[in-house]
Amino acid sequence: MTLKEAKSVAEKREEVLAALKSFGTKIYEQLDSGLFPSIDMPSRSTENIYYDPKLRQFILGDKRIKRSARNIRHLKPFTQLVWAALFSYELTSQRKTSTLRDVYYSAQAYEMSFKDQQESNNIITDLETILGHPREDFNIFPEERSAVFGDLTIRYTVPGYEGKTLNLTSHPDGVMIGPALTSAEFVETSADKVIAIEKGGLFTRFIEENVHKKFNALLVLTAGQAPRATRHFIRRLNRELKLPVYIFTDGDPWGMHIAMVIISGSANAAHLRDLTTPDAKWSGVWATDIVKYKLPTDPLDDIDIKRLHELQRDPRYKEDPLWQREIKTFLKIRRKAEQEAFSRYGLTYIVDEYLPAKLEETK
Amino acid sequence: MTQVTFEEISPADFFYRNRDIAGFTNPSRAVFAAIRELVENSLDAAESIKVPPDIYVRLSFEGEASAETQIYKLRVEDNGTGIPPQYIPSAFGQVLYSSKYKLKQQRGTFGLGGKMALLYGQITTHQPALIISSTGGARIFMYKLMIDIQKNRPIILDRKILLNKDGWRGTIVEFTLEGDYLRAMQKILEYFKQTAMVNPYANLTFVDPKGRLYKFVRATTVMPDPPKETLPHPYGVDVEFLQRIIQVTECDNMLDFLKTHFHRVGDVTAKKFLEFSEISQSKNPKKLSHEEIVRLAQKLKEFKEFLPPEASCLSPLGEELLRTGVLKELKPDFVAVHQRKPATYAGHPFIVEVAIAYGGEIPQRGNFVIYRFANRIPLLYDEASDVSVKVIESINWRRYKITPDMPVAIIVHICSTKVPYKTVGKEFIADRLEVRREIANGIREVARQLQRFLSRREHVDRERKRLGVFGKYLPKIAEFSTKLSGKDKVPDVEKLLRSARKYDVEGG
Repeated sequence: MTLKEAKSVAEKREEVLAALKSFGTKIYEQLDSGLFPSIDMPSRSTENIYYDPKLRQFILGDKRIKRSARNIRHLKPFTQLVWAALFSYELTSQRKTSTLRDVYYSAQAYEMSFKDQQESNNIITDLETILGHPREDFNIFPEERSAVFGDLTIRYTVPGYEGKTLNLTSHPDGVMIGPALTSAEFVETSADKVIAIEKGGLFTRFIEENVHKKFNALLVLTAGQAPRATRHFIRRLNRELKLPVYIFTDGDPWGMHIAMVIISGSANAAHLRDLTTPDAKWSGVWATDIVKYKLPTDPLDDIDIKRLHELQRDPRYKEDPLWQREIKTFLKIRRKAEQEAFSRYGLTYIVDEYLPAKLEETK
Repeated sequence: MTQVTFEEISPADFFYRNRDIAGFTNPSRAVFAAIRELVENSLDAAESIKVPPDIYVRLSFEGEASAETQIYKLRVEDNGTGIPPQYIPSAFGQVLYSSKYKLKQQRGTFGLGGKMALLYGQITTHQPALIISSTGGARIFMYKLMIDIQKNRPIILDRKILLNKDGWRGTIVEFTLEGDYLRAMQKILEYFKQTAMVNPYANLTFVDPKGRLYKFVRATTVMPDPPKETLPHPYGVDVEFLQRIIQVTECDNMLDFLKTHFHRVGDVTAKKFLEFSEISQSKNPKKLSHEEIVRLAQKLKEFKEFLPPEASCLSPLGEELLRTGVLKELKPDFVAVHQRKPATYAGHPFIVEVAIAYGGEIPQRGNFVIYRFANRIPLLYDEASDVSVKVIESINWRRYKITPDMPVAIIVHICSTKVPYKTVGKEFIADRLEVRREIANGIREVARQLQRFLSRREHVDRERKRLGVFGKYLPKIAEFSTKLSGKDKVPDVEKLLRSARKYDVEGG
């Protein structure tokens, strides 16, 4: 089947460019009429972050903050923001990409300086907030990369590869989810599900064991906490291709939260939409699996227990009774298990027994 | 040091045996002390006739004396009053021959400074001294002298009279001495610098044994008023002193005696005192017994109603001259000076003058630089024991937002007819309550002024920085937003920059 995105990549690019230009025009016009330019945007302070049960993600409240070039303390970040907008405009219109690290260094060419990487990252986040688009939309990507493998044909839109297609089984290590893949259009797939995996070792094992064929699945490696580009990619697989998403992580509070961020997003990205996949499922490893499959375990550390108590109060974890049940079980058994723990039953046990059972259970 | 003591051995002999007292402790101190004594005599000689001093000092290498010491020739020239020919031999060849035994503020210490230097030179090198002097008359007198140490008498080896065609006035002293210049160098240069600081009206030139020239040029020709001679204040006299005036007095009753020989004692005060001490007004002072003199000395100290001494016998530098001197030698960004009102300790009047300087050539060394002066003489040794240092240490500097890592110099000058030195070495001032209080109050006053300067400067800096930030970023915002919006003409931000300035001035 041939697939069509809701919004074409080209359309989205035009939308972002228009937003950047309009931001620039607003500043220009204020200056031209002899005013100190200012801009207001939603506040990202913790008091203004709320959980929206309808959207099933964190959102920003009504509080807005004003940045004015009249205020000496705002002046430098304000200039950095205008610079970042210009830089992003140039990147996007020339269809080039940049990493957050690049942004930090590129500023120096404009005699703009950032104190450190954190300062430049914050400015990019400000720009996201003003535009309402994630940085990937204006071609700024993080360094972290994850991968995808399976029968999905994509069509590149990046310069030099425009129109070229690639099937994501073509490389046995998987294909990196970078700017080119993120901006590609989906052509066709035979898969009927997505399996997201926390760790590289298991991702490789699944490819070796032909999980993609046996289960008709696209395999996504999150490599720990999934980067935004990957979260956005998973969402697209879910929305555009209507594929259910199953997430496998380690059986501990941290693995559980990796799944949660894919499903409901993070507070840090409360100003952004389209990064969540609310229908995705956490398929394992659950605390109850540890008991049920008698997995080799380690004891929970103090920090694990502290984290569990935090998660217990988190609104995202109150959506589905599954979460509270698993948290309670963890706290009861005080043990955790890694995905590799299944190896005690042989290398293929996880693929032959556990995976089909869990896919069925969380369907 | 009573005359009784001196009668037993010659004063020259006494001081030779006790040369530590005069500062000739070792070869390095000796070079320093010789220069210092002669320079101070020269300064006094010029000031006494209200002429801005011009002093030339040359120390030249003559030969090796031992492994550590060398023979130097010291020559000091001044434009002072000059010495009448008949006094030259005694002035330089007889210890304790001096005009400095009256009560007024003087630099000289025991009236033997210059002679002690000559004596030391003679002992160490066995060479005569050359004295050339003229009071500005038609003739110049030249003496070659040695001191007969046992007899405390000058020996004139040669005497010449020259025609003074140019009307020169002044004194030249030249003699050889053994010493260690290399070790003394630091102190000597510091001495000149600090002397220049409190004598900003003097030209000082020093040529050292390596031929290096150090010049300290006067910044003004204004000189402080010379001190007036005064009678001793009753609080400050002792039994010995009473006995001496009783011997010479022409008064034949106690009332006249008190009124004639003591400072600020008039008819009323004298009568009140005699009543207080139960001495008859008509008693002849010459008939007082030793016990009565002892009792009189005691009562003079106990009586509370003597007027405080006048400070007319003191010659402080004055705030303007002190400021000039500090500016000249330290080139600071800021200086505050303050002269305290005259005060007294034990019947001796004194005036404290302080200054605080910031920045310029003052080094930043984690501690305040302290300059101490007494009667316009720099005190270079035993800093840690000095009362000024104790006062400075006891002040809570954080109150003034001043920290020791700032380039701050504190100058304390005390002038008195009797500086309360702690030891005979006369290098540091004793911790006396009255003196301490004056120094502390003076330093607090200038510290407050420095605090105001620093906070004002901080404000100006902040403002300059603030405008700098606008000047840096507004044009960039203009440039970036022009490019981003695709416009051609960059908006003019000059008006905004001006309003940033105006806005702040209004906002304080």
